[in-house]
Amino acid sequence: MELGFTFLLLAIGFALFMTWGVGANDVANAMGTSVGSGAITIKKAILIAGIFEFAGAVLAGGHVTSTIRKGIINVESVPSPEVLIFGMLSALLAAGTWLLIASYFGWPVSTTHTIVGALVGFGMVGIGMQAVAWAKVAGIVASWIISPMVGAVIAFLLTLSLRRFILNTEQPLVNARRYGPYYIFVMGVLIALITLFKGLKHLKLELTGWQSLLVALIVGGLIAVVGRVLISRVRVDPEADRDFQFATVERVFAPLCVFTACSMAFAHGSNDVANGIGPLAAVVSIVQTGQVGQESALPLWILVLGGGGIVIGLATLGYRVMKTIGTRITELTPSRGFCAELAAATTVVVASRLGLPVSTTHIIVGAVLGVGLARGIAAIDLRVVLGIVTSWVVTLPIGAGLAAFFFFFFKGVFLG
Amino acid sequence: MWARSPVQGIFGRSPFKPIQEHMRLVDACAGEAPSLFEALAAGDKRRLLETKERIFDLEHEADKVKNEIRAHLPKSLFMPVDRRDLLDLLNAQDSIADSVQDVAGLLILKELEIPDYMKELMPAYAARNVDAAHQCKRAIDQLDELLELGFKGRQVDRVEEILAELSCIESETDGQEIELNRALVCDEGLKAGDLLIWWELVWRLGDVADYSQDVGDRLRLLMAR
Repeated sequence: MELGFTFLLLAIGFALFMTWGVGANDVANAMGTSVGSGAITIKKAILIAGIFEFAGAVLAGGHVTSTIRKGIINVESVPSPEVLIFGMLSALLAAGTWLLIASYFGWPVSTTHTIVGALVGFGMVGIGMQAVAWAKVAGIVASWIISPMVGAVIAFLLTLSLRRFILNTEQPLVNARRYGPYYIFVMGVLIALITLFKGLKHLKLELTGWQSLLVALIVGGLIAVVGRVLISRVRVDPEADRDFQFATVERVFAPLCVFTACSMAFAHGSNDVANGIGPLAAVVSIVQTGQVGQESALPLWILVLGGGGIVIGLATLGYRVMKTIGTRITELTPSRGFCAELAAATTVVVASRLGLPVSTTHIIVGAVLGVGLARGIAAIDLRVVLGIVTSWVVTLPIGAGLAAFFFFFFKGVFLG
Repeated sequence: MWARSPVQGIFGRSPFKPIQEHMRLVDACAGEAPSLFEALAAGDKRRLLETKERIFDLEHEADKVKNEIRAHLPKSLFMPVDRRDLLDLLNAQDSIADSVQDVAGLLILKELEIPDYMKELMPAYAARNVDAAHQCKRAIDQLDELLELGFKGRQVDRVEEILAELSCIESETDGQEIELNRALVCDEGLKAGDLLIWWELVWRLGDVADYSQDVGDRLRLLMAR
């Protein structure tokens, strides 16, 4: 392919642009509840985000990437490899652009929804209606509705369980110290297990089921031990407890939120980063093999690039969004932030393992509603929730339109 | 514009802290009531006026907090308790301060003649009404703890205890009120104008305990569902 190198550079550039956008805006949403509840400082959050977004993208990003790369469009029916390259380029550019515009105006949009919309848009105009794997798209859209609900249910149950075992007991502080580590143990095991379940193919690490379970248990155990140490360092504050008797108990949840923030960043990296690099991976594979639909391994450097893009976005702009969240949500207690984030992280990790590109932001909103349904949050503004749902509906056609526009643009430039 | 996030937007302003702040002001306002009658008994006009000023200021401040809460309680808020119940609770709290304000206003209408039985009974009556308001504040102070447990669980028992005590105080003030009223109507020597004011004073001061009880009842409603 004569222009192969040019396409590759363009794809890398656009993918960086898009993942930068994700890092600039989306990361703050993912970790918003723990930062907003004041459980972790902004500095810590940025550090955690940098490390775990990257780790999530590299360690667990592969499955969603392959869905984005070849699940939405039937690549067999593509007329020429170039057309698919243009399509992938335009999808990246469309998603990046829309993300930039939306972030500027403060609209709550989902990266995932944009890129899926963009791919569908390209498929329709670039190849034909039959090229879009509508059944698969319908499945993805269904997952967008189901995943926030799952997040809500988990968050609801978590909130009730915290109340049952810790808050509504004779000695909430003692029980918080006792049971806190169990929560993060289960979380650690679950996330490690889901991540390892089919082995880390692109790291050439294949584990059997039993090996995975063992590793997951060790990971969970380590997390629980660290959590226990951190919790033991929380001091009782009689002054604050006089005003609000759960003040110290809430403080116990702050170190626990560090772990949910880590897992959320990990989950976000595994899902949302993968969306950004999916099309890039497709371009790389076409340029390398000169063919469409060739089965090829996902090179590690692509995942690293995606993770890197997010970290850059976080460092350049994301920290500012994080800062405002850290100072503005005064109504959220660490225990609530913990429930919402733990529920969301679990949901996202399961979804990414199933290869479903879901929206982290929507799931976290669903989880917050779940805590609210358990009568756990003072006030949730349903107008804003409605706005988020609306933007969800609007994003698909806009992503599709933008992608179609860019597709014709690239076609015109390169094929005359 | 760059620095907004939808996640922070979904958290509306909590009305619970401001409601506690409102109750704190109302309680402080009610707490001034005994001082009114002490000043009256001592014939200290300056102190009477100063106390009246403080009561009016506190009532005004409480009003501001109330309006602020109302302005930020749109129908689109999803809360663990019913919005209507919360607004009713707030209104009941506000009525306590209004009653105290009326009492202060009545006392400076004219130079009042103070019958001896009033000097005897009124301070205790005022103090008990203040106790009711204070008990009410103690219950409202538990709102954030109630929220932590989702308006269920053992926190409810604690609040119920406080409210039971409030009911006792309230019925005590009812007894005192009847005694005061009886003394007033039996007093043949009291001028008609003074009788009118005293009658109204007893009535309005008694409202402090009555509305405190009302707040308690509405708090029970929040915990009932």
